[in-house]
Amino acid sequence: MTDTTAPAPSRVLDVTSDRARARVRARYRKEARFRAYGLIAIGFAALFLVVLLADILTKGIPAFFVARAAIPVTLAAADIDPAGNRNLNEIAKADFAAALRKLLVAMFPYASDRASRRQLMALFSSAAPNQLRDAAMADPNLIGNQVTLPLLLSDDADLFFKGGITEVQVQPAKGAATPSGTEGTIEISSSGPDFASELGEVKRQISAQLRSVRQDVDANGQLRARYQAQVQDLTARLTQARAAGDKEAAPTLEQALAKASGDLESVSANGRQLEGRMLELKAKAAQPAAPEALDPNLPSLLVHINGGIVKATEVAGDRIKGTVIAPLGSAAPAAAGSWSTENILTPESTRRLGDREVVWLEAMAAKGMITSGFNWSFFTTGDSREPELAGVLGGIVGSALTLLVTLGICLPVGVAAAIYLEEFAPKNRFTELIEVNINNLAAVPSIVFGLLGLAIFLNFFGMPRSSALVGGLVLALLVLPTIIIAARAALRAVPPSIREGALGIGASHQQAVFHHVLPLAMPGIMTGTIIGMAHALGETAPLLLIGMVAFIVDIPHSVNDAATVLPVQIFLWSDLPEVAFRAKTSAAIIVLLLFLFVMNGAAIMLRKRFERRW
Amino acid sequence: MTMVYFGLLVIAVAIAFMVGRNRARALKAGGSPLHSLPSYHGAFLALCVGLPMVVAFIVWMPTARVVIDDRAIARLAGDVQPKDPLAREARLRDIDRIAQGGMTDEQLAAYPESVVQAGRSAASMRGWSFAGLLAVGLGLAALGFHFGLQRINPQFRARNVVERAVKGLLIACSFVAVMTTLGIVMSVLFETMRFFAKVPPGDFLFGLQWSPQTALRADQVGSSGAFGAVPLFAGTMLIMVIAMLVAGPVGLFAAIYMAEYATPRFRAWVKPMLEILAGIPTVVFGFFAALAVAPTLRSLGLAMGLNVASESALAAGLVMGVMIIPFVSSLSDDVINAVPQSLRDGSYAMGATRSETIKRVVLPAALPGIVSAFMLAISRAVGETMIVVMAAGLAANLTFNPLEAVTTVTVQIKTLLVGDQEFDSAKTLSAFALGFVLFFFTLILNVIALHIVKRYREQYD
Amino acid sequence: MDSSAPRLGNAVLTPPEPIILQERPIKIKSRHVTVHYGAKQAIHDLDIDIPDRAVSSFIGPSGCGKSTFLRCINRMNDTIPIARVEGKIEIEGQDIYDKSLDVVQLRARVGMVFQKPNPFPKSIFENVAYGPRIHGLASSKNEHEEIVVTSLKRAGLFEEVKDRLSAPGTGLSGGQQQRLCIARAISVNPEVILMDEPCSALDPIATARIEELIDDLRQNFCIVIVTHSMQQAARVSQLTAFFHLGNLVEVGDTDAIFTNPQEKRTQDYITGRFG
Repeated sequence: MTDTTAPAPSRVLDVTSDRARARVRARYRKEARFRAYGLIAIGFAALFLVVLLADILTKGIPAFFVARAAIPVTLAAADIDPAGNRNLNEIAKADFAAALRKLLVAMFPYASDRASRRQLMALFSSAAPNQLRDAAMADPNLIGNQVTLPLLLSDDADLFFKGGITEVQVQPAKGAATPSGTEGTIEISSSGPDFASELGEVKRQISAQLRSVRQDVDANGQLRARYQAQVQDLTARLTQARAAGDKEAAPTLEQALAKASGDLESVSANGRQLEGRMLELKAKAAQPAAPEALDPNLPSLLVHINGGIVKATEVAGDRIKGTVIAPLGSAAPAAAGSWSTENILTPESTRRLGDREVVWLEAMAAKGMITSGFNWSFFTTGDSREPELAGVLGGIVGSALTLLVTLGICLPVGVAAAIYLEEFAPKNRFTELIEVNINNLAAVPSIVFGLLGLAIFLNFFGMPRSSALVGGLVLALLVLPTIIIAARAALRAVPPSIREGALGIGASHQQAVFHHVLPLAMPGIMTGTIIGMAHALGETAPLLLIGMVAFIVDIPHSVNDAATVLPVQIFLWSDLPEVAFRAKTSAAIIVLLLFLFVMNGAAIMLRKRFERRW
Repeated sequence: MTMVYFGLLVIAVAIAFMVGRNRARALKAGGSPLHSLPSYHGAFLALCVGLPMVVAFIVWMPTARVVIDDRAIARLAGDVQPKDPLAREARLRDIDRIAQGGMTDEQLAAYPESVVQAGRSAASMRGWSFAGLLAVGLGLAALGFHFGLQRINPQFRARNVVERAVKGLLIACSFVAVMTTLGIVMSVLFETMRFFAKVPPGDFLFGLQWSPQTALRADQVGSSGAFGAVPLFAGTMLIMVIAMLVAGPVGLFAAIYMAEYATPRFRAWVKPMLEILAGIPTVVFGFFAALAVAPTLRSLGLAMGLNVASESALAAGLVMGVMIIPFVSSLSDDVINAVPQSLRDGSYAMGATRSETIKRVVLPAALPGIVSAFMLAISRAVGETMIVVMAAGLAANLTFNPLEAVTTVTVQIKTLLVGDQEFDSAKTLSAFALGFVLFFFTLILNVIALHIVKRYREQYD
Repeated sequence: MDSSAPRLGNAVLTPPEPIILQERPIKIKSRHVTVHYGAKQAIHDLDIDIPDRAVSSFIGPSGCGKSTFLRCINRMNDTIPIARVEGKIEIEGQDIYDKSLDVVQLRARVGMVFQKPNPFPKSIFENVAYGPRIHGLASSKNEHEEIVVTSLKRAGLFEEVKDRLSAPGTGLSGGQQQRLCIARAISVNPEVILMDEPCSALDPIATARIEELIDDLRQNFCIVIVTHSMQQAARVSQLTAFFHLGNLVEVGDTDAIFTNPQEKRTQDYITGRFG
């Protein structure tokens, strides 16, 4: 049967020659490379996950803590309760903001002008007066007595204590200093090089400016040359045209010449200015020891001396000129080490707190008033425009209500559908259509479900916008395919022998299914349901379309109330410009991820616990 | 009102169940052997009561609504009479708001007098309608109760009746999925047709200009050609391609490594890692893309002398790609594992290395499955919303430069439909037209992909 | 076991009828081979010599270790993570479990045909050209074609498929698929061909054709075949080894084993008293 013409083997596999060895080596190199690609791919995904989680944790964890200022408070009866009858209704109407302002001015007597008072107040949260009110109303006996209340700081002040505003360097002085006065603009000279580093920084800045101005001057020169050439050219052509009597060209040329001359003039003016600036900078750079003025684009230099604080406005190597922020106790000379310099590294122009505010916050911290504690109110309040007051409770309750609706709909419907398709449905085109439909529905983009909710539930059925009810309905339809698929798999995993056993003792088909198959499939169904719910918890896009994106302060009480959910809250906060909201967003993400981990963990536990091999 | 009605329904059903069961028990105690268990008789009677009440509600409510709406509109003064169906809808919403009550006088003053009148009369009509519903529903329930009670006797096959009803319920539930699809098709189709009545489909599908915000007034629509969706399609494709360039190779190689090389220990570590990545909500990816990846790319670009937009397509695409990696890898892992071991053995026995076996035997065999995995991933990338909403731009630039900002279909749907919307303007309707395109594009991809997967599985079963 | 009898594995070295061994040189030599699957021992201390240019068959009841031992000869057990092989197997005097030996090259020298035909989901041509391609045996299309045609002819399949070389290999009948797999195995011109129950999935007619083919191939190759069918062993092989519970019970000239078994267990098995 074998084809008799088959020749004897003509080729013998060559395994010993150098060529063969080289070939095998090359094949193994390819093998190693291919394997490395796989590892690199997994490594890339892992790295991204680690970076993402690390980024969110580092940004978000500080937001779980909040700085408060424990200020000794005396609620003067004259302000709060002028009638003196401790009537709660009257106390509630009292001006606690004024009371707080008074307290603060008492702490910083030198900051008594209007602007300073406003700045001082701005260091505290807008809820701080309410805290005073709540304390007074909770215990009216406090009025007239001194108590210490931890008051909420503003988001910027909070951020300052978390290191998010600027870095501050304090150095004890090396030389002895003599201030020229105690208030207003004074001069402080030091016998040591205490201001040299600041001066050096200013000079460096000047050199950098000089470099950039030089480039500008060069560019300006080129531009000027071009315009000059243009003007000459146009002048020549204009003379030519005039000589030739060209009536048409002349006006156009005149116009162009006027424009070019104007441009040339402005460029030249700019150039003169630049050159002046360059000369100025050159002169400054040439004298490394000459005193320099400080501006808000440079790091600030503060001098703490004789119990007061001076903000430097001009610096030389051994002395500064500056304005007094906090008055000095005396103009007596201070010995080396008894006074200090403070560098606030972020320039004042780019930071959200001025030098004076920094000084006040540091003063409060120095008195031990600032305490950092866990931010419980993050979990007990709803949304707010003020970052330090905003909490996630509204989102959590909204998510809970929404998921309740989702679960209430899609668990019974999903299980019923799965039971029908798996146990009762005849195998025909119609059930096949349902199956194909379910599989496809699982892959429809989630935002399309939002369109469905908007068009059908809101506009056609007129259900309440922004409500957890509609949100839950939309999410129920969204996760229904997932649950049907999971429930069918769980039902399929129950061996037919169980079913047959029940039928064998005379149970009806439905009794067999509901009494025997369904209970055995329940762990699998629950696992699938939890995973579906976790999916619904993280879903955002469809809820945006049905209006769950509004700014809602109140905690929803029923499924008909306007509500938002946790992921939408994250989306809303991520859009806000305040830096503190960025931390809040990350903190809300951490809360959301914790919920998801708990849910998925529960699903895995359930699966491990009840997993049964038939 | 709905709550009250269904509360009554639950009470009526509970009473009927208990009466039916007790009646059957009494019969049994009287010595007659029952065909069905007493609880089935109870359930039967409960059905007789509950079903008519539900049907009454389903028929009554929409009918009453249409009647009340018509009469409310009829009461409006001539100058506030709506002229077209869209205006009618808007007016009905006003009436509804007033009818729900709880408005202050200042709020009411904002509406024309006859609208307030119509709202108040609608409120009273609703009250009457509810009373009518209650009467009809309870009356039907009483009839049903009477009918059911008469049928309870020892020979009555209550179980069969109840089981038929349960089966009907099961079928209805499995119909919900079909209804959902139908609902989606209806909602996008109708609004899209209304949109195409204002803007020709050709202008929408092939126009190069997209600026719906400028076309707020009805008379501007269409003539301005501001609804050309090509820049959106191009932007969506650009981001999708970037995402697939990340997710395709990374997901596939990860799947190959997991299926062919990884030790069980390694799998036990990496699989949960990929599952965590898959479980992270898209809003988190969006936040990370917008606040971490995009600024990093921008400063990297500046360092290399490139001008990267702060909402570049690259940032959104990259993060979206990472989001899809677990999707691609788990689907590919499945199809690679479905390739029979005998094929691998055949190749190893020929002296092929692992990578040669994978490249020349396993991957060609798994190709249909991998193609469909990629198609599903593409459909996912095209439909993804949050990442692009947060990290991609709003301006409809027609560009293929990944460093520039582009916008996508989903971003526009979200932008057009969130916030104060004039429901009848072409601007709002265009979102549904975009949804229509999105739905059918992804549907076609999904149908093809799922079909291939099914055929593929059958091949190796 | 009678302790005065010579060790079973050595029986082949001092056989009652050592004709085959004298005529043909030894190709594969196994000494003290032990295989574990995890904690379970699948083969106990196995010694056997397999002659070149002859068909040797391994018989025995299910789970006796015959397939396991076959898979040791081209180190297919390497692909099973829990398998552990001890002892020594030599082909032409070279230890195949030596660290310096490359398993990829070994498998090119020791081809294998599996129980269930497993053509790759490619064309018939590509199925046969696969081995030459990965081992770089041919450099041009013509050379590939030559190898494919030769291999198909030697596997007796060429006449049936010559008009549809680009048709998928999976479209052939079961017997044709198995001959395609044999053509694939011989395309790289191995020294040894291992066959793991090559006919168990085939009908009697296809089986007969494969058996004829095996008989032809023995002119050029050392063939080792695992089979469940004692008739098949008797028909195609010159040497037969009987395995039981991971032990090599008896080995010898096929005629001798079937007509005059030395061991009681062998006799019981070939007369159908267990198995």
